[in-house]
Amino acid sequence: MTRHIISMLLENESGALSRVAGLFSARGYNIESLTVAPTEDATLSRLTLVTSGSEDVIEQITKQLNKLVDVVKLVDLTEGPHIERELLIIKVIANGTMRDEIKRLVDIFRGRIIDVTETTYTIELTGTSDKLDAFVQAVRGAGIVEVVRSGVSGIARGEKNLRV
Amino acid sequence: MELTGADIFVRCLADEGVEYVFGYPGGAALHIYDALYRQDKVKHILVRHEQGAAHAADGYARATGRPGVVLVTSGPGVTNTVTGIATAYMDSIPLVIFSGQVATSLIGDDAFQEVDAVGITRPCVKHNFLVKDVRELATTIKKAFYIATTGRPGPVLVDIPKDVTAHKCEYEYPKSVTMRSYNPVLKGHPGQIKKAVDLMLAAHRPMFYTGGGVILGEASEALTDLVRLLAYPCTNTLMGLGAFPASDPLFMGMLGMHGTYEANMAMHECDVLIAIGARFDDRVTGDLEKFCPHARIIHVDIDPASISKNVPVEIPIVGGAEAVMRDMIKLIKASKKKPDKEALAAWWKQIDQWRAMNCLDYDHDSKLIKPQYVLEKLYELTKGDAYITSDVGQHQMWAAQFYRFDKPRRWINSGGLGTMGFGLPAAMGVKMAFPKETVCCVTGEASIQMCIQELSTCKQYDLPIKIINLNNRYMGMVRQWQEFFYDRRYSHSYMDALPDFVKLAESYGHVGMKIEKPGDVEGALKEALKMKDRLVFLDFITDQNENVYPMIAAGKGQHEMHLKPCKAVVPTDRELA
Repeated sequence: MTRHIISMLLENESGALSRVAGLFSARGYNIESLTVAPTEDATLSRLTLVTSGSEDVIEQITKQLNKLVDVVKLVDLTEGPHIERELLIIKVIANGTMRDEIKRLVDIFRGRIIDVTETTYTIELTGTSDKLDAFVQAVRGAGIVEVVRSGVSGIARGEKNLRV
Repeated sequence: MELTGADIFVRCLADEGVEYVFGYPGGAALHIYDALYRQDKVKHILVRHEQGAAHAADGYARATGRPGVVLVTSGPGVTNTVTGIATAYMDSIPLVIFSGQVATSLIGDDAFQEVDAVGITRPCVKHNFLVKDVRELATTIKKAFYIATTGRPGPVLVDIPKDVTAHKCEYEYPKSVTMRSYNPVLKGHPGQIKKAVDLMLAAHRPMFYTGGGVILGEASEALTDLVRLLAYPCTNTLMGLGAFPASDPLFMGMLGMHGTYEANMAMHECDVLIAIGARFDDRVTGDLEKFCPHARIIHVDIDPASISKNVPVEIPIVGGAEAVMRDMIKLIKASKKKPDKEALAAWWKQIDQWRAMNCLDYDHDSKLIKPQYVLEKLYELTKGDAYITSDVGQHQMWAAQFYRFDKPRRWINSGGLGTMGFGLPAAMGVKMAFPKETVCCVTGEASIQMCIQELSTCKQYDLPIKIINLNNRYMGMVRQWQEFFYDRRYSHSYMDALPDFVKLAESYGHVGMKIEKPGDVEGALKEALKMKDRLVFLDFITDQNENVYPMIAAGKGQHEMHLKPCKAVVPTDRELA
């Protein structure tokens, strides 16, 4: 079981997303995260998903995705050097001495405090999923009110690109 | 001139060359039905249930190779077609299904007869569309036919809201469409084909295993040429019967769960397996761990996702069966290497020993009608040249075993989904396409009741099909499994309270015959086949204890077949009464 980031260009049509999601549920593949938004070309959306499975399963996933008429082009980013990022917005309890402690943690992780009340901090942090996991673990002691994560986005390093 | 969406719809079908539309009207489709009324190019066949429309269009498509067309209304109209769409999807049959939809302004309001047709059918179509603007209607219809009929074929649904069929725009039917995200590959990779041919020529115990893809790809001739050129044994899947002539000595019979002993043993022992247009279905492979343990595998398929899905393959070739096999033939003819004659002779000797097991033998002296005997006689009397549709169960397997198909597109059955109720409406579609040909529906008393209302359609459109009802008063295949695997607890598999099929056929205006003795089988079949202009319902009262052999139990290997007839006795009608 290895983790793969599969990124694709989709026709920007209603129902395209549900074809992708439906494929995963119908064939019993798992999705760890999924994110989708329009690109600079209004007819195309970029969808990135994180899944895991054996090499055989990943091969089937990419073949089945390629079969969908709305999928224009697809790449498994984890096959080559790539950059991945995820956005975390987290609201934590920040009382008394914990306010300074949390502030220090945010600096160490190079996050930003984007909203403050007398008892809470709201923090923004980007990075790999591992880094976000580590931060959530670090502030757990203070008391987490709410966690929002964007799911992974990614892009290949260097000249390599995913274009029509 | 501007036309309404409904008129555009009908013009599109005419320009696409659609002969028949199988359908059923309703509120959301009424503009379209009005447009159909005002023209005479496209003929509409009114079924009695929308499932029948989908199966009839499917039968038409399987027999002709042209797309089947269905027209239904919104809500229950389209939900009733879902079984038919899924049936076509599993067997890769080109269908285009048009469903009416509530007006765009009402979509999402839980309007009368509203259902999310695109959502409900998404998992069982190749693609589907909701047309929101009349200006997109013609292009969408062109795309639907293009997608349904190219690459690995399949059903495509087009959902058309009622207001779109009323709105007007200029009509122009596109001559062709291109889609950046859909470009099926026909030509196989030359390097891969070369590798495959080298391996084929080096084989000592080769085996061809071919499926429905050969028929769908119009590649039966190419397959026959290729197999005969090499003189290698060839087996067909349930979906592939007729792709290679069954009367050819190189033919091994069907393989799989109820395949012949020789086909399954040869699969198990072969050293090179050449799979073409087949998908390594679980009913073929049995236990994957034990599947073809000695074989190096070549797999030709138009769908890359079919390759290495269940079984890892050494030489994958993505491409159309026809194009790839023609390339193979050229290479083989040009090659200096020839198959090893001695090795092949030994292989055929082994195969002949397996054949001598006579695995399809049955009791010819029984006082009861044996279903196998009915099918043997049907084969003889129709000279193997009839179109045979079937339902699902024991009768389907016996038809596949005993009706030896020499030509493609003659054997029409629901292989992948296993849809009871398929046979009769499918036969209607075949008969519409080929009115002069003999069309028989081989069925059982359980399956036939699932779409029996279509007897009425057969009367209205004068479709003289011959219904071969193998009536054993059981859901035979369920009963067989219960006998083998559930300690003979025949839970809900007995067909009680059956109608009098003779009277039933007569009440629909057809001819009914009941046959109870083996001696009457041939005469009844002859009489029925002579009645060219009447639908004849032949109700054969058959042996209830008969089981389908050989059988590979689920989860067993191909070499682990049950061969011996089981002596077990099931409760007969009288005991149950």
